[in-house]
Amino acid sequence: MTPVMVTGVGLISSHGEGRGVHTPLLAGGAAPVLARAKDAPCDIHPTPELPLDRFIPRREMRQMEPWQRIGVHAAGIAIEEAGLKPQVARMDVTVAAGGGERDAALDAAILAAKPGPAGVHKMLLEGLRPTLFLAQLPNLLAGSISITHGVAGSSRTLMGEEVAGAEAARVAARRVAAGTSPLALTGAAMTSDRPELLLLYGFGGALHQGPWAPLPERQGMVLGSVAAFLTLEPEGANPAPLARLTAIETSQGRPEGRVARLRALLGRMGAAPDMIISTASGAPAATADELAALPRAPDLFTADLFGHSAEAAFPAGLALATYAIAEGRARRVLVTGCGQWRGEAAAVLEAI
Amino acid sequence: MRVAVTGIGMVTAVGRDAASSWAAIRAGRSGVRDITRFDTTGMKARVAACVDYPEDASGTPLVAPERLRRMGEAAIAEALAQAGLSGPFPGPLCFGLPPVEIEWPQRLALGAPDHAGMIAAGAGIASHYQDFLLGGVATWLAERFETQGVPQAVTTACASGASAIQLAIEAIRRGEADCAIAGGAEASLQPEAFIRFGLLQALSGRNEPPEAVSRPFTKSRDGFVMGDGAGALVLESEAHARARGATILGYILGVGEAADTFHRTRSSPDGHAIVAAMERALADAGLTPRDVGYINAHGTSTPENDKMETLAAKLVFGAEAAPPISSTKSMIGHTLSAAGAIEAGVCLLALRDQFLPPTINQDDPDPEIGMDTVPVGRPHGFRAALSNSFGFGGQNVCVVVGAA
Repeated sequence: MTPVMVTGVGLISSHGEGRGVHTPLLAGGAAPVLARAKDAPCDIHPTPELPLDRFIPRREMRQMEPWQRIGVHAAGIAIEEAGLKPQVARMDVTVAAGGGERDAALDAAILAAKPGPAGVHKMLLEGLRPTLFLAQLPNLLAGSISITHGVAGSSRTLMGEEVAGAEAARVAARRVAAGTSPLALTGAAMTSDRPELLLLYGFGGALHQGPWAPLPERQGMVLGSVAAFLTLEPEGANPAPLARLTAIETSQGRPEGRVARLRALLGRMGAAPDMIISTASGAPAATADELAALPRAPDLFTADLFGHSAEAAFPAGLALATYAIAEGRARRVLVTGCGQWRGEAAAVLEAI
Repeated sequence: MRVAVTGIGMVTAVGRDAASSWAAIRAGRSGVRDITRFDTTGMKARVAACVDYPEDASGTPLVAPERLRRMGEAAIAEALAQAGLSGPFPGPLCFGLPPVEIEWPQRLALGAPDHAGMIAAGAGIASHYQDFLLGGVATWLAERFETQGVPQAVTTACASGASAIQLAIEAIRRGEADCAIAGGAEASLQPEAFIRFGLLQALSGRNEPPEAVSRPFTKSRDGFVMGDGAGALVLESEAHARARGATILGYILGVGEAADTFHRTRSSPDGHAIVAAMERALADAGLTPRDVGYINAHGTSTPENDKMETLAAKLVFGAEAAPPISSTKSMIGHTLSAAGAIEAGVCLLALRDQFLPPTINQDDPDPEIGMDTVPVGRPHGFRAALSNSFGFGGQNVCVVVGAA
């Protein structure tokens, strides 16, 4: 197996974009950037202002909603930072995604009108913008990355909340290691202040509603807008790699086996790390299980810094770990995560 | 290493298992009919290839995730039974699935006049949570069949089923698993998703008579017909299948894919991405174009797809030397996330029986197509078939299927 190197990182959070903004956060203790959700008594970590026109032409901007825009922007940062713009034609993209933003105004109008089925259909027929559908399809984040950046290798999208973000990275890394992908882009994006997401995750009963507090004192999830993309290449392909992705493993099963499964993954991660980054969601049971399986308390929680970003949480952990190594703050970083409902993942990144 | 197929399962509008689906497809029988599970007043398209359950007649149709679970479970159970496997499945599940979200009847049942009220009323409804999580259906299927690792809920739009096969054979080739369940299910035939497809101008507005609406390769084709369905394959390394004495039904010889950077719903005008996907699939299989005796087309019956697909096929295979091409979507509709899996299964059964399934409704062939579209099913000697799947978002995947 060929060693896999992280050669570019694009990270967007409520703090802003890129390595310069996020490196100071590695010291821990940074104040979160918070706002109140429009439609729920919850804090969220909002989407930052970004120079989106840097990568996305205006005609493309109109085809996307915010989650796709920040994802495409983060992918652009990763590609640019890795110096891979000339090689996008042979780049493979593996994305984790949920659904995109709905038309909140139309939904609100239907909720207010409470029509019968025929009335709902009529309002949808008359109110939905045709292009919104494409902005909502999960695979259109990868599609928009292909169109905007010219990425023309393989294109795959996995659904499945947190563990899909880790599984996408695992598949991308395995293909690079096996020599079946010369150049991989992997990541995810999520925006936070969305009624459909607050509704969906609210069904799970694990949205935090009181004053903000850091993990693990807090019981519950605080959502955050995050986009995180990494480029992966075989060792030797890029003259300036940032970190070596030494190991990445995922698992899934029923919650009662979660601690044992995560411990088994950790047992395959090798020597003790000098930094641990947890991508725990804050959902009480899964977070408690993750902490129980870890050899010691994590140094950082991505959910504290950025809020919880479901599919994007694990890629954001990988992005932060890469920064920690590239900045010389750590030589060996363990990234862990347990999905709010299902799925476990662990990865190790090392200095070169 | 060759990857063998040892089980095939299928649920389509023409049959609840692979045997009855294949018998109907061979015979050219359409499963397209008027949609009855919801009111189509005001909608341009009013027909689909429906897989209805008893609850659908009640006025409260199944939610998409429940239909996905039922069809997916049936297809996987059939494939596993044929493969002679029971108990925990010793490999991963790779399954093409559509995104799901809470539907309007469930939203309105929360009884709130606005988003804030709806979010408050919904808090803690665990059944909705497990229904509408994007990983919910794949997880349910994985736990039902006790598959290993993270179930991959694959979405590359209309190529999802083919992408799932690809992810599975890659895992087997890398040695991560000896076997895998690959497949897909589709149940987007609910009002909002149906309306969205209609607004994209993707669906046929022909409606009458239903069985003539899906008419790939004809002059009068005007859009696709949505279909429910599921397909599942049990895939094993050939060595694993032989070691346990399993009957090998055929092989997945190769898969190729190429992302199109041109447009969200249209191919590059020169067809280069779908050409590349077909060529890469052949290269991955170690075959030349003349080794392929049949193409199961993506063949959606949209003006754009059928034109671009046949243009690309003629570039790859040669205008004179191209093999017969048929679209079984003319009978089972476009099953979107399941199509790549169902149609790979159709290719395997066609190879087994040495019989080409037809494209029905070929009464006004488009002279621009210029290929044998198999208007009536017929016997045919061939050893390999190509199954094409092209998705919105430019995700193109082709699968090469070989005879046992």
